[in-house]
Amino acid sequence: MNGTSGALFAAVFLACAVEAVEAVTIVLAAGTARDWKSAGYGVGAGLVTLAVITAALGPAVTAIPLGALRLVVGGVLLIFGLQWLRKAVLRASGHKGLHDEDAIFARELAAAKAAESTSRFSVPDWYSFTLSFKGVVLEGLEVVFIVLTFGANAHDVPIAALAALVAVVLVVLLGLAIRAPLAKVPENTMKFVVGVMLTSFGIFWGAEGADAHWPGSDAALLVIVPCVAVYALALVAVMRRGATKPAASSPELVSEGA
Amino acid sequence: MDTVAKRLKDFGAFWYDFVVGDDWRVAVVVLLALLATFGLSKTSVAAWWLMPAAVAVILPVSLWRARKR
Repeated sequence: MNGTSGALFAAVFLACAVEAVEAVTIVLAAGTARDWKSAGYGVGAGLVTLAVITAALGPAVTAIPLGALRLVVGGVLLIFGLQWLRKAVLRASGHKGLHDEDAIFARELAAAKAAESTSRFSVPDWYSFTLSFKGVVLEGLEVVFIVLTFGANAHDVPIAALAALVAVVLVVLLGLAIRAPLAKVPENTMKFVVGVMLTSFGIFWGAEGADAHWPGSDAALLVIVPCVAVYALALVAVMRRGATKPAASSPELVSEGA
Repeated sequence: MDTVAKRLKDFGAFWYDFVVGDDWRVAVVVLLALLATFGLSKTSVAAWWLMPAAVAVILPVSLWRARKR
């Protein structure tokens, strides 16, 4: 594995681990408060939906000529990555609540306990099913997006898929073992790193897609990534001076993503 | 028909939120920077620096706007 493949693996692994932690929290809340069987059906249906989306989008994305792919996907990845980085800097500088799995778990648990129980299509508890299904699909969609864009652009879908698989399996096993939200995972730091990686790869591929030539070719990434990281940390330091209160934990919406 | 239109609107809104998110200006600047990079790459001037420069400008601008809210 060379430097670029290593960076690709690390970026996809971290992004997918963060999304998996969020999905596991939602499924745990649905299973703990309501019904594990229905939550399990929701996870299964969500995974099938993601597999269909991947099967439909995967060949389409990989069939696009590399130049056009890097231009379009690099641009989209940069917009998407800047969204992650922006939120990460706001969190780290105290202008946005930190992502807190315990708080999210407590909120989802309370909502799940309050909801009415109905049975549909052989699913004992429809609420658990839909909550798990939405959690898996919404968080999984980001995983699919990252794997396909990174993998196709780097001409290495297998390594991106392997990184995603390792991350998801690790997080799920950890979640099953402790049966509690994975609050000890340094999620906010991981989101910051993912924001840096997505932005860096977006800059690199976007410029290449627009026919620019990087000095040093692929090795330019080894300069771009630390530069983006240092710049983002400098912005955190500057914005911390203007923060009126320290960063507080607050739950976020399931669909909020980054 | 209204239901179909609403579903299409919701579908579009979901993808807009998924990719673009809170600040559309970031997306506009990235698209303009890609166009400028493409234009510059057709000249004898190096074009690779334009994308990092665009990010270096739009990220703090977007953060400052978010802080003001």
